Amino acid sequence: MVELTLPKNSRVGTGKTHTKPDGAKNLKTFNVYRWSPDDDKNPAIDTYYVDLDTCGPMILDGLIKIKNEIDPTLTFRRSCREGICGSCAMNINGTNTLACTTGMDEFNGDINIYPLPHQPVVKDLVPDLTNFYAQYASIQPWLQAETPSPSKERLQSKEDREKLDGLYECILCACCSTSCPSYWWNSDRFLGPAILLQAYRWIIDSRDEHTGERLDNLEDPFRLYRCHTIMNCANTCPKGLNPAKAIAEIKKMMVERR
Amino acid sequence: MAKIERPLSPHLQIYKPQITMVTSITHRATGIALGVGTLLLAWWLIAIASGPEAYATVSAFISSWFGQIILFGFTWSLFYHLCNGIRHLFWDAGKGFELPTMRKSGMTAIIASVVLTLLTWIVAYAMGA
Repeated sequence: MVELTLPKNSRVGTGKTHTKPDGAKNLKTFNVYRWSPDDDKNPAIDTYYVDLDTCGPMILDGLIKIKNEIDPTLTFRRSCREGICGSCAMNINGTNTLACTTGMDEFNGDINIYPLPHQPVVKDLVPDLTNFYAQYASIQPWLQAETPSPSKERLQSKEDREKLDGLYECILCACCSTSCPSYWWNSDRFLGPAILLQAYRWIIDSRDEHTGERLDNLEDPFRLYRCHTIMNCANTCPKGLNPAKAIAEIKKMMVERR
Repeated sequence: MAKIERPLSPHLQIYKPQITMVTSITHRATGIALGVGTLLLAWWLIAIASGPEAYATVSAFISSWFGQIILFGFTWSLFYHLCNGIRHLFWDAGKGFELPTMRKSGMTAIIASVVLTLLTWIVAYAMGA
């Protein structure tokens, strides 16, 4: 359902402004979305000042510094710090990206950080991605074949392997899905860009023999066709992939198989 | 454990507008405008069939400043929806998805719709409409 405003319990207020570190000359302001399930307060924006002279270059470095030195209650997901795990996906200055691969020097002025948009918040910058993972499971993301397994591996020509380029790199960080207005309004039924790109990754795999069943599963006014080519997905993907293009290819296959 | 009422993270309020998302929502808005505009067109056609008095009423409304603004908006909606519709045709064929192409085609659709609208009105006024 399209709901342009936030529910009452989700409206964001002004929070705490933490003191500036002593003697720091090179300060960066971080405005960070905070919400805790432990009290009955609405979400709020807390302001932190980070001394860039004693901090690593990435947004994630800034967040870790805040957690270590200013406010240990700040909660966020992070793991690999090199753009391959997808844990630190969040909304930074208006677009979704990975905090670990985004440099502080990419922005002049304040850095505003929110959790991935239009998701239930577990705490601070941690969204609840249960629905996202359930949708991923629904496309059965594994190789399915009736042909008995050969004694070694299933072979693939170079050309067929190339069809997976631009798809296999997806790390399921959910930046694209949570940037998509169609997904905001219809995430209960629309699969969203990340899951559809993953679906296409198996549809186009020459070793997979369940292409027809996979297309049947997507032939639905919502699951696939809520994509209106808004393109926020490709604009925001931290891995430079193009989910909208993958979705267009699925739509084409739907027509071609008739 | 009691069920926690989780807040919904901000979305439209914080997301940075981009040309592709603006052209997309405008496509929908102009689509709705065209639906309403078609009612206007139907009103005009019915008036033609109903006789000179009815036609004079419609004609007076359309040539008033308010009617002219609506007609101008209708013309632009038509051209924008047409130009952006052509983009959709390319996308349905799986073409034009590269980001620089996307931005260029978006700008082209916006500029072309404005130019076509102005041209139409210039020609209409020149012909003494």
